[in-house]
Amino acid sequence: MSTRPVWEERPSLPGRLTKGLTLSLIALIVLFPIYIVVLTSLSPADAVNEAGGLVVVPDGFSLAAYRELFSGGVVTQSVLVSLGVTAVGTVVSLVCTVLAAYGLSRPGSMLHRPLLFMILLTFLFTPGMIPSYLLVKSLGLIDSYWSLILPGAINAFNLVVMRAFFMNIPEEVPDSARIDGASEFRILTRIVLPMSKGVIAVIGLFYAVGYWNAFFNAILYLNDNAKWPLQLVMRQYVQQGQSLTLSSAVDTSSAGALPPNLAIQMAIVVLALLPVLFVYPFVQRHFTKGVIIGAVKG
Amino acid sequence: MPENRTDSVPAGDLTSPAGPGAAARTAPPETPEAPETSAPAGSPGSVAPAAAPRTGDKTGAGRTGDGKTGGGRARAGGASRIGGGAPGRRARPRPLRQRLLRDWQLLLMTVPAVGLLAVFHYIPMLGNVIAFQDYSPHVGITDSPWIGLTNFQWLLTDQSFWDATLNTLTITAFQLVFYFPIPIFLAILLDSVMSPRIRLFVQSIVYMPHFFSWVLVVTLFQQILGGAGLISQMLRNNGYDGIDIMTNPDTFLLLVTAESVWKDAGWGTIIFLAALAAISPNLYEAAAVDGANRWRRMWHITLPGLRPVIVLLLILRLGDALNVGFEQFFLQRDAVGREAAEVLDTFIFWRTLVTGEWSYGAAAGLVKGVVGLVLILVANKVAHRFGEQGIYKRS
Repeated sequence: MSTRPVWEERPSLPGRLTKGLTLSLIALIVLFPIYIVVLTSLSPADAVNEAGGLVVVPDGFSLAAYRELFSGGVVTQSVLVSLGVTAVGTVVSLVCTVLAAYGLSRPGSMLHRPLLFMILLTFLFTPGMIPSYLLVKSLGLIDSYWSLILPGAINAFNLVVMRAFFMNIPEEVPDSARIDGASEFRILTRIVLPMSKGVIAVIGLFYAVGYWNAFFNAILYLNDNAKWPLQLVMRQYVQQGQSLTLSSAVDTSSAGALPPNLAIQMAIVVLALLPVLFVYPFVQRHFTKGVIIGAVKG
Repeated sequence: MPENRTDSVPAGDLTSPAGPGAAARTAPPETPEAPETSAPAGSPGSVAPAAAPRTGDKTGAGRTGDGKTGGGRARAGGASRIGGGAPGRRARPRPLRQRLLRDWQLLLMTVPAVGLLAVFHYIPMLGNVIAFQDYSPHVGITDSPWIGLTNFQWLLTDQSFWDATLNTLTITAFQLVFYFPIPIFLAILLDSVMSPRIRLFVQSIVYMPHFFSWVLVVTLFQQILGGAGLISQMLRNNGYDGIDIMTNPDTFLLLVTAESVWKDAGWGTIIFLAALAAISPNLYEAAAVDGANRWRRMWHITLPGLRPVIVLLLILRLGDALNVGFEQFFLQRDAVGREAAEVLDTFIFWRTLVTGEWSYGAAAGLVKGVVGLVLILVANKVAHRFGEQGIYKRS
């Protein structure tokens, strides 16, 4: 694949140059905003003042912004909330999705058609914001972290992708175990799951990123802003530029009279970026292998 | 393990209603499907049987790791299909009790997911009845008075509802023209990169923003384009006035499209790249031998090869015309103003959760849901008319 087939003509030099430049430009457009945000968050206050805002050229190094964020204010709290919701939510979602995907993956098993139809229907018709809110409210989940997890715990798309992957496993593999008397649960945990690490990683990433980025559910269901996850804090403090009244970290200046500190703002953005940047490279190589096939076939 | 498997195959044959001959006969066409997990969507229907043995051989030889099991699968695949259950019409329906005895574990496994969906998707769907009521949270659904279609009548005469609908449709139409083609071009561009290292590198960069939240994306754009952002900062440092693109309603359409492109266009290439990988290289070679140049090959092979996927995504987008996403607009509505940035979802949110008109908001949501459902069914029907596969197959 890496070598050019003999029948293909060599591209012209201008053609290659254009292609190279276009690709570099695309990569630059994606990376540049991330670069200046990270750089500004790591710059000392002088450098930020001197640049009149965002720092483009590195000028000194300081962790002051991060130290302030983690001195136990509202940001520390919200990072913990986000991490907790992400961890618990991903486990709940993944377990339910794997179980259901496997339960529906055997051709001709009882009721699998109506159940699959019921799951797929959630694709076509979403219940609507207001009835969902009323339901969560009547279940007493307002201001509970479960309201961030349970309503969106099952994603029909992820379930279908995973099911398609399980169905690609040659059937004689689970069949041989069945003949040996293994229970379905045992087949799933001992045989099917070890064969499906790639797809589990990718779907797990999808769920985890969904929880980490969750904004809508939080704004709908959490009234108590002491419980806010990081995304909401980021919105209020960074996007809207309001001071964080609850924060012991930022509040050290005279009662929110100063405009929010840019380095601290950017440090919050970096905190929101970091887990994604961290996990992404490990999972990324499975994308092409695992998910697309399911997406296209499923 | 391989020994076990070969033992189990005859066992499967014993229980199968059709003879092993039938299994063997069905096996060959399935061979390319089963091991070809890396090539999505299979090969185009009519050429499949002819191309089958060749593709099978190639993958078998190419993948040394799977090569071992690949050989045996051709035979075993057909046999186990019969022993393993009841696919298609060959199956004789078994008595209910027997099926329950066989499948109860599988059914049990679906319970958590199905339960969650039932509670958080299907019960709220029933909750939509409050659209026909004058709902009050103090009284509850059972005791709120029924008022028929009054909410819907109001809705149809509500200018702000129509404004929001118009905004939503404008954004959809704009993005269809200026967003939709970008992943296709990007995928073709990426696919033409010869070096796998460079391609993977660029791919992993352009996929990444898909995993950022909208708050993050809007914040990043604000830092670059906003009144206190990088561009304004540079203008001001050089003695010009700063500009604030983030609060300008006139350029809002461009802004949200740019944000969507930045966030999702790279990720959108994934499905096109898969479709490109499924196009047989033989077609390109034959065309090249016949004297077709690079552009003609793209026009006559690449684009037709992508057509089913393009149509599918187009249908999905059209069916989703009323959904432009909540968060992106919620986040920017205050800065840009209602006139440009109010879409249906934000309309429902503000009318209900802020002013407390529950039934009215539910009615708007119901209209949006039903219209969306109709749109997607219609779009799919049209696709079938044009001979495309659509979202679900005709059956």
